[in-house]
Parts: sequence; C-alpha cells; structure tokens
Amino acid sequence: MASVTYDKASRIYPGTERPAVDSLDLEIADGEFLVLVGPSGCGKSTSLRMLAGLEDIDQGAIWVGDRDVTHVQPKDRDIAMVFQSYALYPHMTVADNMGFALKIAKVDKAEIRQRVEAAAKILDLTEYLDRKPKALSGGQRQRVAMGRAIVRQPQVFLMDEPLSNLDAKLRVQTRTQIAALQRRLGTTTVYVTHDQVEALTMGDRIAVLKDGVLQQVGSPRDMYDAPANVFVAGFIGSPAMNIGTYQVFDGQAQVGRAKVDLAREAVSALKAEDKNHVVLGFRPESLDRVAPNTDGAIPIEVDVVEELGSDAFVYGEVPNEFGGAEDVHFAAGDSQMIVRIDPRDVPGKGDTVWVKIREGEQHVFSAATGERLSSEVHTDASATHKA
Amino acid sequence: MPLHITGAADPALIELPWDVPLEAWPEEHIAALPRGLSRHVVRFVRHGDGVIAVKETNAEIAHREFTMLRELQRMEAPCVHPVAVVSGRTSASGEPLSAALITEHLAYSLPYRALFSQGLRRATLKRLVGALSVLLVRLHLLGFYWGDVSLSNALFRRDASEFSAYLVDAETGDMHARLTDGQRETDLDIATTNITGELLDLQASEDLDESVDPFDIGARLEKRYRELWSALTETSTHTSNIRMRIAERVRQLNDLGFDLDEIDMEETEDGTAVTIRPKVVDAGFHQRRLMRLTGLDVQENQARRLLNDLDEYRAWRDQPDQDEAHAAHEWLTTMFEPTVRAVPRGLRGKLEPAQVYHEVLDHRWYLAEAADHDVPLPVATASYVKNILPTKDDEQAVLGRSIAEMTAELPALTEEHGTEYAARDPYANDNTYAWGRVPEPDESEPPTVRRSSTRIPVRNAPVVPGRDRERATADAPPSPPSEPTAE
Repeated sequence: MASVTYDKASRIYPGTERPAVDSLDLEIADGEFLVLVGPSGCGKSTSLRMLAGLEDIDQGAIWVGDRDVTHVQPKDRDIAMVFQSYALYPHMTVADNMGFALKIAKVDKAEIRQRVEAAAKILDLTEYLDRKPKALSGGQRQRVAMGRAIVRQPQVFLMDEPLSNLDAKLRVQTRTQIAALQRRLGTTTVYVTHDQVEALTMGDRIAVLKDGVLQQVGSPRDMYDAPANVFVAGFIGSPAMNIGTYQVFDGQAQVGRAKVDLAREAVSALKAEDKNHVVLGFRPESLDRVAPNTDGAIPIEVDVVEELGSDAFVYGEVPNEFGGAEDVHFAAGDSQMIVRIDPRDVPGKGDTVWVKIREGEQHVFSAATGERLSSEVHTDASATHKA
Repeated sequence: MPLHITGAADPALIELPWDVPLEAWPEEHIAALPRGLSRHVVRFVRHGDGVIAVKETNAEIAHREFTMLRELQRMEAPCVHPVAVVSGRTSASGEPLSAALITEHLAYSLPYRALFSQGLRRATLKRLVGALSVLLVRLHLLGFYWGDVSLSNALFRRDASEFSAYLVDAETGDMHARLTDGQRETDLDIATTNITGELLDLQASEDLDESVDPFDIGARLEKRYRELWSALTETSTHTSNIRMRIAERVRQLNDLGFDLDEIDMEETEDGTAVTIRPKVVDAGFHQRRLMRLTGLDVQENQARRLLNDLDEYRAWRDQPDQDEAHAAHEWLTTMFEPTVRAVPRGLRGKLEPAQVYHEVLDHRWYLAEAADHDVPLPVATASYVKNILPTKDDEQAVLGRSIAEMTAELPALTEEHGTEYAARDPYANDNTYAWGRVPEPDESEPPTVRRSSTRIPVRNAPVVPGRDRERATADAPPSPPSEPTAE
C-alpha cells in the first residue's frame, strides 16, 4: 500500500487553453479513502484518470508511494480501477471468476489460490468459492466482482462513479458496503462522485474541485463546518446552505428588514474591494425561531413545508419591502430560504416565521473574492428544537 | 414525467408497449434472434418491416450511449445504429420503468456465442479475435476509448472467409480528439482479460474444446492489435528513393484494407533523411473501390474477394484496352447478379448476397479440384444452391421461435444434444455484471422446451463423389482458397 501525491499536476487537452485539471496539489495518505467531488466538468474524473494513466500528465507529476509514475504505463502503475461493470462468468466457479485475471499476469497457481482465499475471507465468500455465480445473491455477486480487483493486491484502488447505474436504494446499500470494505482492506482508495452526500458519507477526506481547480480538501466535518469559499459552502450540505450577499452597516448585515450582527473577526477582515458587502451563509439548522421583535430576527414567508418525520424544513422567502435585499441570491433559488424547524410545530403556508441565526453559526465570506472570513462553525444540532 | 421518445422520426415507435417491463413484453412483439450476454435486459423486437434491439438502462446512460453511437455512426465507425431513447416510462399502475435505448438490428450479424454453438473451429476463433482487433484499431484511430472491450460487446458478420466485428455496447466509452497511449493500453488490457474470461467460461460450459488455450487467444488479440496499429501509424525514416518508399507504404496500407488520406513528411534535422508518418488513414479501401466500380455496398473482405474475381474476369476476357468501369459493369451483370439471383427466395435469408457469391467461388474451387478441370460459374452456383445453401442456418434474422427458446441462452444444439433440451437456468445465462441489479435466484425448475428443428452444423465442403471417401477419414476439410489473410 502507498500514498498518492499529485504534484502540481495539470492536464491540458490539445487545442484548449484552459487546463482540464490545473496544477493539482494533493496528498493522499497511505490507506486513506479520498473522494474527489464536484459538479460535472470540474475535472474530478480527469484527475482520477491521470492517476490511472488514462490521461497524460502535461505538467507536474504524480507519485505513488516513492515512485514517480508520471510516464509509467497504466498496467505498471500497480493501481486497480474498479469498474462499475465487471462481468461474472456464469459457468466458472467463484474462485475462478476472482482469480483468472491473475493467471494472465502469470502469477503462480498456489499464489493465486492463496490470494483468492484471502480475498474471499474478507468478502465473506469462503464457503462459496467452489460454487457458480448463480448460487449467489445479488449482493454476493457484487462482492465477487470486487474480489477480482482485490486479488490483484494493488497499491491503490480507483473508482469512478461506481454507483451511477444503481437505483437509489441499492446505491445507499452499496456505498456503505464499499466504505466498510475499504476500511477492512486498508488500501488507499480514490473515489470520484458528483454526489456530495456520497462524498460526505464515504470519504475519510473530500477534495472539492471546480473548473479544474482544487477548492478545498478536508474531512467531511471540515467541509461542512468551515467551507473555504462560497462555492464549497453552497456545494456541500443537503439541503443547501442559505447564502446571500448583503450590505454591511456598523458591523451588521442588512438581511431583509433585519440587522444581523456579524462576527467581529469577519468584519475586521473586510477589505476595500468588498465595498461594504459580505456574503453571509447559514445552514438551515443554524436558525432558531424567535419572537418577531427580537434583535436580528429575519422574517420568512412560508411557501412550502417539507415534513420528513424526524425533521421539517420550511422553504420560504424573505419579504423584499426594505432595502438591502435586492442582492440576495440563495443557493436554494432566488431569495428562497430554507429553515429546519421542529416537526411538531409546523407553520402553515403563507404564515410568517421569524428566525435568528444562532450565535457563532454564521459563515461569512468576502463579497469580492468569495473566500472565507469567519472562523469555523460548530453546529449544535440539538439546539434546533429548543425554540 | 410523461413518456418521451427522442431520436428517429418514426411515429410507430410510440405504439410499442412501453408501459410493460421489457422482460414481460408480449410474444407477438419479440423476435427470436441470437442474443449475446448483456448486463441489461435486451430484447429484439419486431417493428415495421424490420427488427430493432431494445435495451433497458437508466435514462442518463441511455442518452449518453445514444449520443455516442450517433457520433460513431457519423464517423462511419463499424457500430450498430442508434434509433431512439425512450424515457419517462411508467407501468399501468404508475410505477416508473427503466429508460430504453433502441438500436437497429444489424442484419446477418451474430453474437459470438451463436458462432460457438455451430461447432466452432479453432481457425474461426482466431478470425473472431482478428476481427475484434481490427475493430479496436479502427475505433482507436477515431479517438474512441471503449472501456469494455469484449466478444460479448461486439457483433460479428461473415465477411468472405473472415469476420467483421461491430461495436454494440458503447455505454462505457468516451470520445476524444486523440487517444493517449494509456487509454489504448488500458483498452487492450481490458480486452485481453475479457476475452480470456469469455473463453474460459465457454470451456467451463463445454462449448469450447479443451485443447484451445484461452490465454493464448487473449494474447493473440494484443499481438494482432499491435501489428496493425504500428503498420498504420508508425513513422519510418528513409534516406533515398522517397517516392518509392511512400508508394510502398501506401500499398502496404491498402493490403491491410486501409486508405491513406493524409501523410506527414518531414526532413530530419540534419537534412539527410525524410520521415514518413501516415496521418489520416481510413478503413474500407476495397469496400470503397468496389462501391465506386459497381455500386455494391459490401464488407471489406467480401469486397476484396469480389474485386479479385473482377480482376480475374478482366484478365480472362483479355481485352486490355477496356476500361475498368466498363469491365466492372459487365462482370456485375453477367457474373455477380445472375449468381445471386439463382438463390431461390426461400433461401435468401441464409446469407448476404456478397457472402453467397464468395461461397459459390469457394464451392467452385472444390468442384474443380474434384473434377480436375474448370467448372463454369452457373454449374457451381446450381450445385451450391442445391447442396450447400439449404444446410446453412438462417442468419438474416431468425424469426418466429417460441419466447421460452429465445429467452434461454443460445443452445449449442448439435447432433449429440438431440432435439430436446432443457432451457438453461436464466440466471446462469445473464452475464451478471457486478453493479447491476441482479434478481435473486429462483428456486423453481427451469422449463423444458421441445424443439422440432435441430441446427445442422455448417459444412463448407460439398459432397463430391470420388473425393468423399477420403474425406470421411480426414478430420477437417482442407480450407478453400480464400484471400491471404493478415494472420
């Protein structure tokens, strides 16, 4: 097993000016499960394929352990791409299905048997080794396919949207299985997805990319609590964070008719180019319902209430009758705001609820650069239902 | 979401039972054709005068594959032609159903498993692998990375004494301006692994003789691919006689069935030599020449065979001043067309016309060998139509069999299997792909199907008195004199 290092690695397709992947610097620790995530066209798959050897590395280098693999052929990189579509051969035993590819690589027979048995043990397939695939359940067949990659004992596993052709339910099951299996194997794994929920639930760390540029890398918690910029803030989290651009007066942001106190460190970090504006973000669960006359209370007109049993979300609008709100743009849609509320106390459509951003749960970003200005947020989830 | 069909302007498509899962489509719609292994539900469906292939998959993948196949078709790649994508399907009770990709059924095409069920000879296996390596090279030249190269994901058509391979599954593929070496190497690696696995599986089911070494065949694909790739793309350096060198290179490419459209010539830095690199090569050299001369649209090796016959015809006519186009027209009307027309209507679905002509030429060779003198084409044709063609499988489209039979795996029905066979367990048949949704095995016994017809194994050699006595003792008939292959 080994670490993986992207050292200012770029991929520039012939005939294009903007790199598909731009000077990617990323260190993946030995045994780590790293998820590359971002919207389509962000360069996540290209980054993975550069490591796999499918895409050329036009600038910079990629290392696997202490070996520079930049110019090494794919099959000599000691990396296994786990495909979404492994064939299982119906007339061959489970053991042969798992081991035959090693025979092509001229691995010795006893060694093959030993590796297949070791993989079967990890996959709970030992008792099925001499059976045919038809004797297995769907889940077991998937594990046999994983076994084909495992017996190769690569330094790194690569997976590119392996769950994309599954239905929603099976996707949830399978992602848990893959994550659990990776922890048992301890093999360094790089996993690509466009789905931030998949990223949050599976990865030890997540790397968010946009337009070929790495935005932030960190643990799921880091990404959620301290998104480095407005893009990451809007991308990670479901439902999405409420984000808007507001004018700042005397250290307060004008949100609708409410004046919201901003964290002092954020206000002091404002620069001239921000022109007295900030981008303020707050998660749906960072809001408390308060009395209408409370300081900093934001009124929200309820459009829809989404009840999920354990939670309920209000989708509403900030009324626009006062200045300062014309710039408002929320990730959820134009001037729409999402609030998590107590599912036992649900307002009706058309009602107005007043909410206040909980102390220390603001995400403040520069209006000019989009970079984070405030410190990390520690969401106190239990507080939501107090109001 | 309402039912949505994007693609061909064919209003009749909407009349198909899209509110029923494909697995349960009524038998009247289903055409029984040899199917390959697929990770999805695939059915051949009668539609209008023809047959279409319908594959269930998710909407995103279906649209992607449709676009990809369109692009490949535009570039004249050998692939199945996409017809439409059907999305927004719901059952009568409102349950959402998978989207479907519709492609045309490629007439006279066979999945490799159908070829194995006809008692495959080792040479045929090598030809299949050869065809697949040509397909891979052609796709790579176009910038297509396949991602899942296998015998299952291709269809094969007889092409004179060779096979031509066509891409059927583009789901895992990607189109690039130019492939990197890494992409080509990965495709080759995947191909080797998949083919070896497929052959090992055929051996495990006793459809392939033990004496064939799957690892050997897998390695063969790689070797053939590399030979062809370097012949088509390699840079060569020459110090003298450049004109001749280029002509030589062009001829070499033509022999491989490729045309040289553009070439890069560059003087070396010191000015003492010139490097030549083919820049744009196009497959189908013989195909295009025959098309130009006769209007016949056939496959590459068939074209080569027909052109050879045409050349022979011209030589034999001994009219050196007659131009090529004129001779071609004469050949077409006096040789080719009468031969093809001699096939009775009832036997026309057996083989493509060009393939029939090729086989008649082979047959004539056998007859001439036995008779020890030349046999005229009409005689050979009559003998072929009487003795050989009726024993062939219908390969245009094998319609009208029962649904149980068609949903079962292609049976390897030969004399020793008799006329009764138990449909194999459907779970043993699907090439179970790991991440696809797989139904749990069913406990009940698979149905037993009675077949009234038994496939008759193909015999190339006709029955000729005086020769067959020796033939009976010999294992394999001698190969007919076909065109030199690139083996």
